[in-house]
Amino acid sequence: MKKIEAIIKPFKLDDVKEALTAAGVIGMTVSEVRGFGRQKGHTEMYRGGEYTVDFLPKIKVEVVVPDERAGKVVDLLTAAAKTGSIGDGKVFLSSLEDVVRIRTGEHGETAI
Amino acid sequence: MSIVRLVSFVVLLAASAGASLAFAQTPAPAPAAPAAVAPAPPPSKPDPAGTATGGIGDVSAKTAGKPTVEELADFVGHNRVAINFVWVLVAGFLVMFMQAGFALAETGFTRAKNAGHTMMMNFMVYAIGMTGYWICGFALHMGGLGPISTLGGTGVLDHEFVITLFGKEFGLFGLKGFFLAGSTYDVAVFALFLFQMVFMDTAATIPTGAMAERWKFSSFVVFGFFISMFTYPLFANWVWGGGWLSQLGKNFGLGHGHVDFAGSSVVHMVGGVTALAGAMVLGARIGKYNKDGSANPIPGHNIPMAALGCFILAFGWFGFNPGSTLAGADLRIAVVAVNTMLAGAAGALVAMFYMWIVYGKPDPSMLINGMLAGLVAITAPCAFVSSFWAFVIGAVAGVLVCWSVFFVERTLKVDDPVGAISVHGTCGAWGVLSLGLFADGTYGDGFNGVEGTVRGLLYGGGSQFVAQIVGTLTCVVFIFVASYAFFKVYDLAFGMRVSPEVELEGLDVPEMGGHGYPEVQGPGTLVHGLGHGAAKPAAVMTGVMATERGH
Repeated sequence: MKKIEAIIKPFKLDDVKEALTAAGVIGMTVSEVRGFGRQKGHTEMYRGGEYTVDFLPKIKVEVVVPDERAGKVVDLLTAAAKTGSIGDGKVFLSSLEDVVRIRTGEHGETAI
Repeated sequence: MSIVRLVSFVVLLAASAGASLAFAQTPAPAPAAPAAVAPAPPPSKPDPAGTATGGIGDVSAKTAGKPTVEELADFVGHNRVAINFVWVLVAGFLVMFMQAGFALAETGFTRAKNAGHTMMMNFMVYAIGMTGYWICGFALHMGGLGPISTLGGTGVLDHEFVITLFGKEFGLFGLKGFFLAGSTYDVAVFALFLFQMVFMDTAATIPTGAMAERWKFSSFVVFGFFISMFTYPLFANWVWGGGWLSQLGKNFGLGHGHVDFAGSSVVHMVGGVTALAGAMVLGARIGKYNKDGSANPIPGHNIPMAALGCFILAFGWFGFNPGSTLAGADLRIAVVAVNTMLAGAAGALVAMFYMWIVYGKPDPSMLINGMLAGLVAITAPCAFVSSFWAFVIGAVAGVLVCWSVFFVERTLKVDDPVGAISVHGTCGAWGVLSLGLFADGTYGDGFNGVEGTVRGLLYGGGSQFVAQIVGTLTCVVFIFVASYAFFKVYDLAFGMRVSPEVELEGLDVPEMGGHGYPEVQGPGTLVHGLGHGAAKPAAVMTGVMATERGH
């Protein structure tokens, strides 16, 4: 099993959700997060003065998929989240040891 | 059974209706009037168009339906004063609602961690100010006013403390109307009290914006009594209570004396200058200035809230300015109302273009300040200028407020989170001075006891401009010195400012006991109860309070 964590632009969440559910992903977890990358945030104006916003709001999407589908899901997610401008985010792919469904106690891929 | 009940109900209804109609038709007991000359029975038909409702039968007369000329004149006079009473009271109710506008504007312009504290200063200044004004503020302010001409000529406010200098009398403060007791238990005095009280409260709530996010609530409470009992009433007496500034015309030939129709100086400059003194003594918020003296923006937490507050203020201003005729029968109210709205529009418009051109974007908080600046500026001259000059006065205020905000922040290095010093102080001064320039001589005959209409410099009234300058300087010097002394002494004796720890954490919990937004700023939904819609209220409260104590 693989765990896919994607940091995306907040307004891209709907596109990503649609792309992943269309590809057969049956569940996902999202969180509102903040962070910065190479651009180190941006500046805003208030009453004639500039100020720096270091940590920009982003959405973190987490999904777990069987090994054989991970590549395709990552590709679809990347395509759906892409605008081509800076700040589009990152996708992290990692191996996962186990999953437990709390209600039934099932383990492994059947619990996804 | 039910039919019997229905019939008896209808009979009862008819009897009571008949009784009340008979009462309405014969308001005064008329034993001499024989039954034969009783008024014609009221029309039995409904009157959907309203053309037949009200008529000669509604005029109080010994012989109903046939009033004498004296009775008619008495009735007309009573009605005229009644119209003025209703106007003054309704206008006062509108001004009262401006408290809500100030509360929203100031809270929106400050940070969420201080929302409860900022809101409660604006809330409690209403209760504190009113109490202080009732105790002695109103008496010092209006106690020597003399007859209230538009409200029936009541002359019970007849004691002004006066000193004589250069052979001229200088009224300093009134001495009638403490607690509205004794001979001031009078309808006209009460109407005047309501109207003047909400004006005083407007001045009193202005400094809470400039001093927000670092002011001890206990110190604010004492200040609320100070401004409502002493500084505001004194200056207001000099301009509106028959005091010496209003007599500059009669005594020294300076136009009509210091003229301030609705309070650019009396209300707004008093508030703005007090705000300056308070913010200077209090010092800047932590993080506002860098070591090199440059300023950092500290964005307010809710621009929609501030914009709503500004709109409520603009709405209340229709009571503030037109109400200051103290007469609904004075049809100049139409000119006053239109001038007021035009100046507010001009202020917002010019501030928008200024910020857009100079800083690249039409900054919402400055547009809000711009509209308020236009409204503040037109407050003094609203009754005396044409619509063209009203627009110009508002437009100048729109750019003036931007300059002033940056001057106060970057040159004076005084931290004013909401721009109160600039909106109310700077633009208030511009307002009273603009009256001395643009008053066009179409209104104000006999104002402050001087014959002829009010004319500014452009219309041949140079001495009026001098009177406006004297009034402006007096306001700045007196209010600044008195307020600065009060704040400084209080600060040395008790301390005005919260500790740095409290300021950084936010004033809501340390000063007020709880968060303005518990689910955002405080424990959030992690506390037992807050995350569950069906939780018992008692459990919610206990959960929150236990967490706060555990901090």
